[in-house]
Amino acid sequence: MNIIVCIKQVPNTTNVQIDPQTGRLKREGVESIINPYDEYAIEEGVQLREKFGGKVTVITMGPPQAESALREAIARGADEAILISDKAFGGADTLATSYTLSKAIETIDDYNIIICGKQAADGDTAQVGPAVAEILNIAHVACVKKIECVDKNSIKVERMMEDGYDLIESSLPVLLTVVKEINNPRVPSLKGKMLAKKAIIKTLDANSIGADIKRIGLSGSPTQVVKTFSPPQRTGGEKFVGDAKEIASNLVKRLSDLGLI
Amino acid sequence: MVMNYMLSEEEQMMVETARNIAVEKMKPVREHYDEKEEFPWEIVKEFAQADLCGVYIPEEYGGFGKGIMGLVLVVEELCKVDGAIALSLAATTLGTLPILITGNEEQKKKYLPDIASGKKLAAFGLTENGAGSDATGMTTTAVKEGDYYILNGTKCFITNGGEAETYTIFAKTNSSKGPRGISCFIVEKGTPGFEFGKKEKKMGIRASSTRELIFKDCKIHKDNLLGKEGHGLMIAQATLDNSRPGVAAQALGIAAGALDEAVDYARKRIQFGQPIASFQGIQHMLADMATEVEAARALLYASARMIDAGTSKRTSKESAMAKLFCSEVAMKVTTNAVQILGGYGYSREFPVEKMMRDAKITTLYEGTSQIQKNEIALNLIKESAAKSK
Repeated sequence: MNIIVCIKQVPNTTNVQIDPQTGRLKREGVESIINPYDEYAIEEGVQLREKFGGKVTVITMGPPQAESALREAIARGADEAILISDKAFGGADTLATSYTLSKAIETIDDYNIIICGKQAADGDTAQVGPAVAEILNIAHVACVKKIECVDKNSIKVERMMEDGYDLIESSLPVLLTVVKEINNPRVPSLKGKMLAKKAIIKTLDANSIGADIKRIGLSGSPTQVVKTFSPPQRTGGEKFVGDAKEIASNLVKRLSDLGLI
Repeated sequence: MVMNYMLSEEEQMMVETARNIAVEKMKPVREHYDEKEEFPWEIVKEFAQADLCGVYIPEEYGGFGKGIMGLVLVVEELCKVDGAIALSLAATTLGTLPILITGNEEQKKKYLPDIASGKKLAAFGLTENGAGSDATGMTTTAVKEGDYYILNGTKCFITNGGEAETYTIFAKTNSSKGPRGISCFIVEKGTPGFEFGKKEKKMGIRASSTRELIFKDCKIHKDNLLGKEGHGLMIAQATLDNSRPGVAAQALGIAAGALDEAVDYARKRIQFGQPIASFQGIQHMLADMATEVEAARALLYASARMIDAGTSKRTSKESAMAKLFCSEVAMKVTTNAVQILGGYGYSREFPVEKMMRDAKITTLYEGTSQIQKNEIALNLIKESAAKSK
C-alpha cells in the first residue's frame, strides 16, 4: 500500500496577528507548523502502512523553509518527503496549487491512496484536496472520519455529515480528505526525530514536474486578491441593570425605540 | 527563559518529546486518573510509541542510550504536568536498574529490549511490612533446591505492582549472614506462586498502582539470580545510587509545574484592584520558589552527569543529596503554590493541591529524607577518614 500525504506549512494561528495597516498576516516571529488537519492525514497514512506495508511519501508545495514541516512528518512516521519549491509557484491560488501538486504526484510511479487534511488552518478553503483528485482524474471522498476497510482494488470509508455519516465505497486509487475524528495523532518519537534529522528531502521545481508555466503561481491563478481588511472590532453590547422588572421594562422600551418590536 | 545547562541536541529532543506527551496527552486526563485511581495504560502506550521508556537503556538493548541524565530530563518534563502518571515510567527504571547494573549478558538480552520498547513495565521489590528504612529486616526467603530457589514472603508498597511484567525481588538466601545473606532475583508476572495482594489507597500519586507482592512456594530458576548469592543488598544500594536522581527529577518536575501555576495565577488574580503578583509579599514567595527550583535543578543535573561520566566508583552521596534537596524543595514549593492560590489552591478545580499531594511521596520512597542525610553524612565521614589515612 503506497500512500501519498499532501501537507501544508501554516502559521501557528493560536497566536497570529493581522497588521491593521496592510491587512496581512504578521508572519515575523510567528512559528510555522504543520497544518493541524494534515497531522491526522499523516497519522492515517502511517497507520495504513503499519497494517498493510508499503510506504508513506509526504509532499508539500512551499518555500525552502517548508522543509522543516516535511522533516516533522518523517518524525511522525512518514518514510519519504518531497518538497515542491520554485519562485514561479509563489502566489498560487487553490487551482494553481492543486495543479502543481497533481503534477508532482504524477512523478510518483505507484500510489494507491492520497490523503490530505480536510482544509488548511490559514486559507480554510477545503478545495485543494478534491481539486487534486479532479486534475488527476481519480475518485475522492472528502471529510473522511473512518477507513472501514481497504483491499487491493477498493476502499470503504465513513464520510462525516452533519447528521451522521455516509458509508462510501470507492475504487483505488483514491484521494481522501480527513477530519480530526479519524485518529489521535502520535507525538513524534525519538527514533523518528533521529531519522528526520538525517533524511534527504527530494526537491522538485517547476521544470522537473513538467508544469505548464501558464497554470502555476500568481499568473496562473484565476483568483486574485483585491483587498484584505480586518473587520472593525466589536464593541460591547448594552447592559441593563436593576431588578428583573426594571430590566424587562427598559429592554422592551429600548427594543421598541429601535423599532424592533 | 530557562537557565542554559548546555543540553546536547539529543537531550533537547528528549525534553521536547516528553513535553509534547505531557501537554498533549497527559494534561487532558490527569484529573481523571487521580480521581479514579486507575493505571494510565493509554499514556504508557504513548511513552512507548515515542521511545521514552528506554532513554537510559543502552542502544544495544534497544534503548536510546542517554543515561541517567536522559532519564532525569524526561521524568522532570513529564512531572511538570503530572507526577503520578509519569511514575509508571520512573518506577520501571527502578525495577530495571538491577538487571542493567548487575545482570549477565543473557539476562540483559532477555529482559531489557521489552522494557526499552515499553512492551513491558518493571517493578522493584525490596520493602516489607517490617523492613522499610532497614532492608535487612526482611523476612522473605529464597531457599535453594536443585536448580531452583523457592521464594516465600510478602513485599509491600510496590510501585507498578500488578501492572508490571518484570520484577526484581530481594529475598534472604542465608538468614545467618545478615546484610550479606540477601540476594536479588528476576521474577516474571504469572510465575506460579507469585500473586498480588492489597492495593494501597494513597494521599497522592493515585494514578500509580502500589501493591503487595505475595510469594507462596514460588519456584524461580537459578538463571534468574542477579549477580551472586548474598550480593542483594549491594545490588539494591547500587540501584538506588542510580535511581534516586529519578525521584529527584520527579520532585523537581512537580515543583517546576507548581511554580508555573503559581506565577500564572498571581499575574491574573485581582485583589484590592490589582494583580496579586504586584504585592511584594507574593513576589518574594515566588522569587524564593524559583531560586529553589533552579538550585535543585543544578544539583540534580550535576549529579546525573557525574553518574553518567562513570569516573567515580560510588555516587551514593551525590544521588542522596539530589534526592534530598529536590524532594524537600518540591514539598516547600507546592505548599507555597497552594498558599498563593489560596482557596482555589485548596480546591480540586486547580492542579496545585494534587501537586502538593504528589510531591510528598518524594521525601519518603527510595529512602526518606532522613535516610538520605544518613547516607550523605556516612560518606562525608568515610571520605574524610580516607583522606587522613
